[in-house]
Amino acid sequence: MGKKITIAIAGNPNSGKTTIFNNITGARQKVGNWPGVTVEKKEGIATYNGYTIQVVDLPGTYSLTAYSLEEIIARNYIIEEKPDLVVDVIDASTLERNLYLATQLIDLGVKLVFALNMVDVAGSRGLIIDHEKLSLLMGVPFIPTVGSKNRGTEDLLKTIVRVTEDRESVSRHIHIDYGLELEEEIERFQGLIRTSASFPDEHHSRWMGIKLLENDEEVIKEIEETSLKKKVMDQLDKSKVHLNEILGEDSETLMADRRYGFIHGALKETFRQTRRDRRYLSDQVDMVLTNRLLGFPIFIFFIWAMFQLTFSVGQYPTDWIDAGVGLLAQFVGGLMGKGLLTDLVVDGIISGVGGVAVFLPNIFILFFCIALFEDTGYMARAAFIMDKVMHTLGLHGKSFIPMIMGFGCNVPAIMATRVLESKRDRILTILINPLISCSARLPVYVLIAGALFGAYAGNVIFSLYVIGIVLAILMGQIFKRTLFRGEIAPFVLELPPYRMPTLKGTLIHMWERGSIFIRKMGGVILIGSILVWALSSFPQTVNYSRDYDMEKRKIEERYAMQKAELVQTGQGEKAQLLSKEMNQKIAELETFQKDEFQENSFLGRLGKTIAPFLRPLGFDWKGGVALLTGFVAKEIVVSTFGILYQVGEKEGEESENLRTAIRNAMTPLIGYAFMVFVLVYTPCLATVAAIRRETGSWRWTGFSVGYSLTLAWILAFVIYRGGMILGLG
Amino acid sequence: MSIRKLNELKTGEKGIIERVTGVGRFRHRLMEMGFVPGAEIIVEKFAPLRNPIEYVLKGYHVSLRHDEAEKVMVRQLEDQAKDH
Repeated sequence: MGKKITIAIAGNPNSGKTTIFNNITGARQKVGNWPGVTVEKKEGIATYNGYTIQVVDLPGTYSLTAYSLEEIIARNYIIEEKPDLVVDVIDASTLERNLYLATQLIDLGVKLVFALNMVDVAGSRGLIIDHEKLSLLMGVPFIPTVGSKNRGTEDLLKTIVRVTEDRESVSRHIHIDYGLELEEEIERFQGLIRTSASFPDEHHSRWMGIKLLENDEEVIKEIEETSLKKKVMDQLDKSKVHLNEILGEDSETLMADRRYGFIHGALKETFRQTRRDRRYLSDQVDMVLTNRLLGFPIFIFFIWAMFQLTFSVGQYPTDWIDAGVGLLAQFVGGLMGKGLLTDLVVDGIISGVGGVAVFLPNIFILFFCIALFEDTGYMARAAFIMDKVMHTLGLHGKSFIPMIMGFGCNVPAIMATRVLESKRDRILTILINPLISCSARLPVYVLIAGALFGAYAGNVIFSLYVIGIVLAILMGQIFKRTLFRGEIAPFVLELPPYRMPTLKGTLIHMWERGSIFIRKMGGVILIGSILVWALSSFPQTVNYSRDYDMEKRKIEERYAMQKAELVQTGQGEKAQLLSKEMNQKIAELETFQKDEFQENSFLGRLGKTIAPFLRPLGFDWKGGVALLTGFVAKEIVVSTFGILYQVGEKEGEESENLRTAIRNAMTPLIGYAFMVFVLVYTPCLATVAAIRRETGSWRWTGFSVGYSLTLAWILAFVIYRGGMILGLG
Repeated sequence: MSIRKLNELKTGEKGIIERVTGVGRFRHRLMEMGFVPGAEIIVEKFAPLRNPIEYVLKGYHVSLRHDEAEKVMVRQLEDQAKDH
């Protein structure tokens, strides 16, 4: 041991970067986020030949410009953290395009090893690559690998160590020749930049010169912060005009053109294609899966299957966990006896943990399906098929998956927005996702619509789902036109060949995302549950309007006397009836007491505080309390009504007692306004935690909570007041 | 030899890229993905709803929306007629 090195893995999306990373590090990896952003950062450890190798997986990128977050992260890591070596994973079957990133890494002047991945696929397509000669030409060793079969890993590690020890004979730093005219300009900038003390390094100043000609915003910003600002920027303007005059193109195009020119030159002597225009198996599969007639039915079938697996099959383990948590609560409750601490443990902690645990089956199954879609290459086709539809909503084709998953549960749906590359698409999808009516809202609809609309309940519930979808479309359009104006990311989507996924790879994918849910969301939900428990349990001492204890005692005394009389006269049956009557009276009294306790609890007081805001919508303070508790999870609205209307919290949404209570408390109009409010208002706690997690910003989280609350209020107001005017009240 | 917009080519037609119009991130992304002057591009197929369009370029498949493909100017290959 003792010797430690850090390496970074770069590469194009779909180049098999992740498999190479998995092969090198095995299962010893951890997933986090890059500081301050929600791009996944994976790290792992490998040991080889006395070395401990720290491996950092950079985001998959096509290049290292400053145009996307992923690219900025990747290159800042290389420039600032200075890993000992960078491995660029290159897909051998699309060699030319993959080498573009390679040329940029060469410009950066870091130690490099190229993993020439998927050489088996390239071979089967008749592509012959002389990787040894290519290594000599580019000054970087190319190591053939087959990530899916774990081939070449040993060789790769060996070369990594050799290059870091400067023992690799192939390695040398080459300058990519950008042609006479461009090189002249690059040198000019290099000279200018090196006059400043902040950039003494030769390679780095050349790289900056190259980047200036590529209009790189980050480098321009960096220069603008130094004393060089005026000189360099003036020169840049002059150079651009000059290049355009003599070469007839802008500098950005010229640079890209020359890079491809360099690649073309290198491949001329080292690359041969023995067959042309053959239809590969992947293309044949694609002819069916994106077929004009079959494409949609097949797609819908896959989505249906994913939905069924996640929410129907997932329901079984969810129910087991639910039952298990219930048993545990009972057991612990029994063990600890009655008391405040027991309440905290049972109602606060255990039910809080249970609230997190019930999501697990859904989340893991969903992420397994999504990993499968991504690893096979189908995800890109789904985006291809759906893009036109989603684009009219202002979204990307890939947004479809999170939107449809929202009907099950918004939490995994919002986590599924990670498939979207552009931040704008991700945030837009996250903002409108809670409008898709999740399954937790259904019990509330069933209770209220069932109570108030009788035979029409089904239609009423359906209308709520439709309202949710229409609102999502409308809000999408509004946000697109206001908050995200002009920021549209290019669609440009690579359609990688279909690949057979490996079980290990898919499981690792699933685990990475699922475990983030446990670690990051679990805490928030737990704390939230404890908080709501505390709000509804305190203050413990209440100045009751009546002396319940005394009244209870009085009742008991009275009945005891009467009973004693009856027993003496041998009327045992009557005595039993009498005890029943007594128990009923005591229960009634206790319900009143509980009601008063509820009303006096912080939660009840909160409900009364917000009551003035809800009165214009026709809701009373009990509705307010139900909505407050619904923040923890929307289905809790039902059990809160159960408590508040004193029919018992164990009564479900089908309970006739509860329905009668609702009928007495609400008109159909108020009920409908209430259901729309439940549909739209503040997403539940778990969803808010997911939004915070995935947007990485409290501002967006606050915005999401705020706009949905406002929208809910306005809609309920319009429905209630409008209905009154129309005489529907 | 006519210069046309890429989205005007039909399935199976080939062209040589002349230039990419448009600005900023979009243009740069296309360039780095191989949409450089002189590159050969083939129309693979249209999506079931006609948009986006799938192309084959430099040995890989990529899809663009109509309004993006519109910004790529291509010289249509004349041997097209002979092929059909």
